[in-house]
Amino acid sequence: MADPNSLASYFDFSQVDWQALWTATGETVWMTLFSVVFVFIFGIILGLLLYETTGKHSAGAFILNKITAILVNVFRSIPFIILIVLLIPITKQITGTIIGPRAAMPSLIISAAPFYARMVEIGFHEVDAGVIEAAEAMGASKLQVMWKVLLPESLPAIISGITVTGISLIGYTAMAGVIGAGGLGNLAYQDGFQANQNAVTLTSTVVILIIVFIFQAIGDFTVRKIDKRSVA
Amino acid sequence: MIEFKDVSKIYHTRQNTITAVDKVSLKIGNGEIFGIVGYSGAGKSTLVRMINSLEPPTSGQVLIDDVDMTQLRGKALRQTRQEIGMIFQHFNLLWSRTVRQNIELPLELKGVSKVQRAQKAAELIDLVGLDGREDAYPSELSGGQKQRVGVARALANDPKILLCDEATSALDPATTEEVLELLLKINRKLNITMVVITHEMHVVRKICQNMAVMDSGRIVEQGSVLDIFRYPQAALTKEFVQEEVNPETEDTEVILDELLAKVPDGLILKLTFHGEQAKLPIISEMLKKMPEVQLNIIEGNIHQTQGGPLGNLYLQLRGNSELLEQAVAYLKQMRVDMEVIRSGRSK
Repeated sequence: MADPNSLASYFDFSQVDWQALWTATGETVWMTLFSVVFVFIFGIILGLLLYETTGKHSAGAFILNKITAILVNVFRSIPFIILIVLLIPITKQITGTIIGPRAAMPSLIISAAPFYARMVEIGFHEVDAGVIEAAEAMGASKLQVMWKVLLPESLPAIISGITVTGISLIGYTAMAGVIGAGGLGNLAYQDGFQANQNAVTLTSTVVILIIVFIFQAIGDFTVRKIDKRSVA
Repeated sequence: MIEFKDVSKIYHTRQNTITAVDKVSLKIGNGEIFGIVGYSGAGKSTLVRMINSLEPPTSGQVLIDDVDMTQLRGKALRQTRQEIGMIFQHFNLLWSRTVRQNIELPLELKGVSKVQRAQKAAELIDLVGLDGREDAYPSELSGGQKQRVGVARALANDPKILLCDEATSALDPATTEEVLELLLKINRKLNITMVVITHEMHVVRKICQNMAVMDSGRIVEQGSVLDIFRYPQAALTKEFVQEEVNPETEDTEVILDELLAKVPDGLILKLTFHGEQAKLPIISEMLKKMPEVQLNIIEGNIHQTQGGPLGNLYLQLRGNSELLEQAVAYLKQMRVDMEVIRSGRSK
């Protein structure tokens, strides 16, 4: 067995349990995708709420906007590793467990959704006000404006936003792994760091990087495909 | 008929209050093209948005066929808006939709079936002359083509009114002509009432029958385009008319001065012709009758308006005073609008 302090130890791949790596990769991908779906849904709803209540004169809208803004800012600001610990009782209530990929979901979603909501809100604000006015002049209802104009016209921002959020979620899953959520972070920490097997840490890192690159590539490709704002 | 009854729009900001529209009353008849002219900030955009209640007035009534738009809310308002098309300076097309999908949008909002939507869109694409471009995205179109999509989209619900908000202001002169021709064609074919707001007199002259001039939220002058071009009253109107009818006025005055300096005799006249008169050979008839009169044409122009042609002619007449009096009398007899610019010394 290679000396754990030598550089050569990084390349002693006999340490790597490929089956465990495969399982951990599956867990990381599962956690990421599942949380991305929820973050996408909650983020858009929150983003719409922020957008619709900004700059309105009615007291209801003002209060709703302030409450949403405060919640969004607070949860966006709590460091993830603290949030996950803070949410343990709530996690237990919702998922019935505090260990494994499922237990990581509430904190992953709660930390990322507000962040994404802000990006969605910015995307909505970038939609040409004239286009919204045109839709209103056609007799569109508020819901129709959202569904037929606001969402399609801000789609590139929404997609690139979820790509960025998804990538930070991959990072969060690794952190969640350290306190027992499974996945590649867990593998790198327990089998790699604690068991002095540098090759496991390196392999886990490479796999995480590959996941990130694939995610980024899919996101970029989709944005290019749907963005018709400039001549192709 | 569209009728504004004493409408005002007042905005309150933290510091002060701004009166964008100030007690405006106006009637626009069915099927006509009505122009509202003014500089930016005159309140014309606000006024036109009262028609579809995008900017409800602070006070007063806006009646469309006797329905008060200011009283409509919710679904009733949205349904009425579907009967009022609107086109914009910057077209306001959805970049995410193709030409066809943009035109279909108002129909989708109304809940028209897919088959009917496609059929209507095809008709409109044909009407505005965009055949072959139906699957292009707005980013692939020229400004003129984009405005054609805007027009087609505004007509999708078979509106009875079309609002044009500076619809040609972002277009070059040649494209402006094309779009104006299209609007005229649509007005004649579909008999849609059009309200055109613009800062270009040229647009009004070309397509409108009646017009109003706006300044600081007020209507300073209104009437038929021909009358306003012939006899502008308010200072602002004169300024607008002058710019359009005779952009070279200053040049003309220089030429006049030079002529008078060189030939310090004779009479300088400005004749204004309109309608059928502009087609008659009045000057040559005058010369036949009074061959001793010497005539010098300083400048002339003629414009087509919806009320008929309108022309200006600057003349220098020379001869003895008796002859000149006869010539003036003849022109008066022919009912030519005449203005003596300078009555230089007669021999």
